[in-house]
Amino acid sequence: MKSKPETSHPILEVTNLQTSYGSIRALNGISFRIMHGQVVSLIGANGAGKSTTLNTISGILKADTGQIVFFEEDITGLSAHHITRRHLIQVPEGRQIIANMSVLENLMIGAHIRLDKAKVQTDLEGIFERFPRLQERRKQKAGSLSGGEQQMLAVGRALMMRPRLLMLDEPSMGLAPLLVNEVFALIAEIKSQGIPILLVEQNARKALQIADYVYVLDRGQIVNEGSAQEIQQDTDILSAYLG
Amino acid sequence: MDLLTSTTVQQIINAVSVGAIYALFALGYALVFSILGVLNLAHSAIFMWGAFIGMLALDPEKAPILIAFSIAALLLSIPSILLEKRIVQPQLLRLPHQSQRFVGLIVRVVALYLLWQIGRPIYGILIGILPETMIIPAIIAFVFSVLGGGILSVILEFTAFRPLRARNAARLAQLVSSIGAALVLVNVAQIAFDWLYNRTEGYYPRDVQLLPFIPTETWIIGDLRITPIRVVILVIALGLMVALQYMVTKTQIGQQMRAVAFNQRISSLLGIDVSRVYIVTFFLAGAFGGAAGMLFGMVFLNVTPFIGESIALVGLTAIVLGGLGSINGAVLGGFIVAFIQTASVTFGGSSYRNAIVFILLFLVLLLRPQGILGQAEENRA
Ligand SMILES: Nc1ncnc2c1ncn2[C@@H]1O[C@H](COP(=O)(O)OP(=O)(O)OP(=O)(O)O)[C@@H](O)[C@H]1O
Ligand SMILES: [Mg+2]
Repeated sequence: MKSKPETSHPILEVTNLQTSYGSIRALNGISFRIMHGQVVSLIGANGAGKSTTLNTISGILKADTGQIVFFEEDITGLSAHHITRRHLIQVPEGRQIIANMSVLENLMIGAHIRLDKAKVQTDLEGIFERFPRLQERRKQKAGSLSGGEQQMLAVGRALMMRPRLLMLDEPSMGLAPLLVNEVFALIAEIKSQGIPILLVEQNARKALQIADYVYVLDRGQIVNEGSAQEIQQDTDILSAYLG
Repeated sequence: MDLLTSTTVQQIINAVSVGAIYALFALGYALVFSILGVLNLAHSAIFMWGAFIGMLALDPEKAPILIAFSIAALLLSIPSILLEKRIVQPQLLRLPHQSQRFVGLIVRVVALYLLWQIGRPIYGILIGILPETMIIPAIIAFVFSVLGGGILSVILEFTAFRPLRARNAARLAQLVSSIGAALVLVNVAQIAFDWLYNRTEGYYPRDVQLLPFIPTETWIIGDLRITPIRVVILVIALGLMVALQYMVTKTQIGQQMRAVAFNQRISSLLGIDVSRVYIVTFFLAGAFGGAAGMLFGMVFLNVTPFIGESIALVGLTAIVLGGLGSINGAVLGGFIVAFIQTASVTFGGSSYRNAIVFILLFLVLLLRPQGILGQAEENRA
């Protein structure tokens, strides 16, 4: 996808978002923005509200108050499939591939949101070129893949949907160190194609290496923000979140 | 061929054609269960309505009534659906959250009453225009049953299931809701039966020529006696099953159905409109139930408002046998039940027909609760 020339408008602007599970408030009014071509990382401890943030943006959870604007359109309160159809794509945490479908079916199942049907096949070939393992196993059930392969499949499936913003929820979770490096190499590659990314990570050290801008989330609030270098120099944050 | 083997072959032919109907019916349970995780216990009432609608369509004296009613319902449904989507729902959303349900209920009850009042004169005019007797080809009657079953099933989704899902009701609540819906459907059928035929016991219009191009006399091949209608039924049922198999594995909506059955949250993140998949699934389930009902009526030539009861047991046994929610399992289970039933009738007499199914259900639940094709719970991906 061609990246538009830099404009002053953020592609995603979240303002004062509050989300609750029943009577428990998980997000306490958070605000942040993502600019064209940026990788923005959301870091924070377990239970800080990172997944809640992504799921509220994706329309899986309904915000109590607040506003979400995507490419200058107010998408607050839209259902999840309508948000996905605007090419705001989330790769959820855990192995969220459809285990009883084939690898190929998993890759293709989101492509129905695309209008450029003619390019779907080309993109599929591109994915297979990038992930030869997926091509070899395209007829196998996705559930039979290894953890790393499943994560690649999940990202490949998202790319087949031509994201205008890709939200990744802990893509390196539960993977061996070698595979973690592979995942981050993939993220860098996606970034170089000009696709903006909202990256949620517990592996903050890795996230900081790749991110342009970082927000630190703690108990449903943004407690710090800055460029990756600024955050990296802040020893308090380092000790609190980088372990 | 000696007598024993020809009887056996005869029985196998009967079992296969009845099994095809059972399989068709059980598929409806499996389809809905796969996405809902709940048995739709009103499915047997849809089956009965399929049989009833098919019978009305084949009865020259009642066909005009069915047609006038259908046209009137169709005429009223389009404006009322538009009204609901464009005006009622948006206005309801403006109300405070707590009062939405209550006001919504009142508005809809009033709307239904008004529809009934407007519908009756329309029906009256139509019945005046139509001839007093009409002969409808069996294939058109079949379409009526299929569409009728499908539409009733979608209405069930909107009235008995969706409102409960919206408030995250427990599965048991949905199950109970489907029982309630079944009672309503059977009661309405009783009223209609009484009104149309002045009776509630079994009936089927005699002497209707089911399909003009199918010979009514029995084919006799050697010692074998084959009723052509059974062959036709088998072909139709198998055709529908093949079509479903194709749809589920090869088409986009079929893929989406499988995705929703696997996980609705992931599906919605993949841009799949989950509510639409529900509607399609309920329609298909009802269409298969309606088709099964119509074919059942044509084989046994006996329809009552209560034929859903014994078929429910058969269908539930079939899907438990095949593995809950498994489409292939439902088909396999349907045929197995038919074979066991036929065998029990041959060797033990027809009074054991239902008892043997019940014993079978009991044994499966005891010995292999995941069914024949189902995986054990812990192996499930
Ligand atoms: N379904 C739920 N019901 C009730 N509370 C929930 C639910 N999901 C999350 N929470 C709570 O909301 C808060 C934020 O959870 P969330 O999953 O967003 O955190 P997270 O930052 O993604 O954590 P992790 O790093 O463990 O993924 C936590 O306190 C959590 O206990
Ligand atoms: Mg999380």
